[in-house]
Amino acid sequence: MEHLIQYAPYTGWVYPNETVIEWSVAIVVYPYITGLVAGAFTVSSLYQVFGFQRLKPVAHLALLTSLCFMLFVPLPLLLHLGHPERAFNNLLTPHLTSAMAMFGYFATFYIVLLVVETWFAFRPYIVEQAQKRIGLIGSFYRALTLGSYDVSETALRYDRKWIFWLAIAGIPGAHGLHGYVGFVFGSLKSREWWSSDLMPLVFLFSAIISGVALLIVLYVASCKLRRTPIDLACLKGLAYTVWAFIIVAFVLEGLEFANIVYKGREGIEMIMTFVTGPLLFPYFVLQFGIGAIVPLLALSYMIWRGTTGKALVVGVTLSACLVLLSVFMMRWNVVIGGQEISKTGKGLLTYPLQVFGKEGLISSLSLVIAPLVVLLGITRLFPPWEHKAAP
Amino acid sequence: MKREAISALRARRGFLRKIGGAGAAVAVGTAGLMHKVAAKSEPAAAQKSFPTPDYDWTKHRWAFGVDATKCIGCLRCVEACKRENNVPLDAHHFNTWIERYVYLEGEDKARIDSQQDPVNIAASGSEGQYRFANRYQDAKVEKAFFVPKLCNQCEHPPCVQVCPVGATYKAKDGVVLIDAEYCIGCRYCVQACPYGARWFNEEKGVTQKCYWCYHRITKGLQPACVEVCPVGARVFGDRDDRDSPISLFIRNNRVQVLKPETGNAPNVFYVGIDKEVL
Ligand code: SF4
Ligand code: SF4
Repeated sequence: MEHLIQYAPYTGWVYPNETVIEWSVAIVVYPYITGLVAGAFTVSSLYQVFGFQRLKPVAHLALLTSLCFMLFVPLPLLLHLGHPERAFNNLLTPHLTSAMAMFGYFATFYIVLLVVETWFAFRPYIVEQAQKRIGLIGSFYRALTLGSYDVSETALRYDRKWIFWLAIAGIPGAHGLHGYVGFVFGSLKSREWWSSDLMPLVFLFSAIISGVALLIVLYVASCKLRRTPIDLACLKGLAYTVWAFIIVAFVLEGLEFANIVYKGREGIEMIMTFVTGPLLFPYFVLQFGIGAIVPLLALSYMIWRGTTGKALVVGVTLSACLVLLSVFMMRWNVVIGGQEISKTGKGLLTYPLQVFGKEGLISSLSLVIAPLVVLLGITRLFPPWEHKAAP
Repeated sequence: MKREAISALRARRGFLRKIGGAGAAVAVGTAGLMHKVAAKSEPAAAQKSFPTPDYDWTKHRWAFGVDATKCIGCLRCVEACKRENNVPLDAHHFNTWIERYVYLEGEDKARIDSQQDPVNIAASGSEGQYRFANRYQDAKVEKAFFVPKLCNQCEHPPCVQVCPVGATYKAKDGVVLIDAEYCIGCRYCVQACPYGARWFNEEKGVTQKCYWCYHRITKGLQPACVEVCPVGARVFGDRDDRDSPISLFIRNNRVQVLKPETGNAPNVFYVGIDKEVL
């Protein structure tokens, strides 16, 4: 057993049981990929529901991205559970006062919604392939048509209606799923660092920027891989979206921190020691400075100067990468940072990051990369860039 | 009152004999017992009573008292608890622990440590037996005292509130229990407890904590820590019995609870603690 647990070194006074940090980097990855799901879905709904025509080239990619990441959302949780085989208890006997109990339902509902919406979005393509292809792959598409080969204008109009309403239902679904993740932390009164009414909103807006940023990176990368020109109007549309939401996310995060400091409740000295010491780099430098302020300034500059062409592509993509880093650091600083401040308010712990093991760095990072691999495969079967096949 | 005191005395003697004689046997025995306690087919919270024969959990309202002015920091309670409840013998898992608060001359803030502190572990030379190192012997101590800690079996337990599957629940007699066969090991409850009372059993994959020796109190015995405390710093009993030790303790003292601002309404009542204790 000894080798299984790594104890957290500490300074000051911490409760004896706190020397085992219970929520690991897997629990950092969990809200991170949930956030990417919600953010990517936002992009697809901006097009499907709100009619942002500029985002059309990424609308289907957004949907597939959301789906691929969603398939992996339960994994970090399962890896974390002491008894993963009992995970279904969560669905069978949900304890209704628990913020976590609804997760199973939310997640299932959302996965189903995503699958159905994706099916409608790709139906014309599926039908086309079912008629064209032979062999195993042909049978695969024929099975997926579910027996419906009708791609007449009436049928497609009907499909579009479905997509519209599914996208509308998906907005509260995706955002509820993620806002609730914020609630999981914000509703706990045991830690000053977590206990905040703003937490769900902070999570939500950082989720949106992370999802949009991911799509920027994926879109640019896919165009490079496919050697197709990048639609600059679309890229600009994404850049504006990130820009606008970064401001909201940044203001919310700033307000939350200001609230903690200004209220200055018990334990504030420790929090200040923490943020000006061990958290200085991950929090102020990475999350706020490099991850939020730099991209915000860069994007503002590009919007102001009307930058276009290669400079725009490079500038926006780099900003998007920084945003992705910032949001990851935000999850880290909440989940790990929160546990590094002792509940006594009189001590600090250091999270002993494990590299190997089921909740180690490698397996957690794989969980972030795996959806991308799946996405690569899925785009082969359902190319999201086939505009002619989509409404 | 008298009967309870006598039975407690008798039980204490029996318990001390056991501790002295065969610690290992006790550990094995209680493991079996705990298993029996945890095994049941319907949600325990819905049951009329806990499946211990002759015990009606609607007839009791247990509570715990700590007189910090009496505690001498001998740590027998911690050792007894570890053995009685099969808590891993290391410096990171505790159902109960003792905090030492020391104010040195000229200092405003207490220096706080517990038996798990590396200096104290070094002094005892073992992670299974505990003692406080005499680390302040050369300093001018202005004020010093010990504070025993344990699960407060809160009236409004946030740990129960957050459990996604209802594996942890509040029994009718006030004790907060964990169903080891139902817990999924998510550790949300560990995060939710403001007192650091819960810990995760890595080997069993479930969360554990102090439950006031439920396997003992449902048989009319005292919790192990109360049994072994040589100075009576720990008091246990039934609040529904006006003459029980705990009822007297609460009635005759001005008692305090820890972190009242959380709204958890703890059921461990303290006497003689200081502003820095939380
Ligand atoms: S002390 Fe902690 S574990 Fe015990 S009942 Fe209260 S909140 Fe729950
Ligand atoms: S660790 Fe077990 S008892 Fe605690 S919240 Fe999770 S399922 Fe419930």
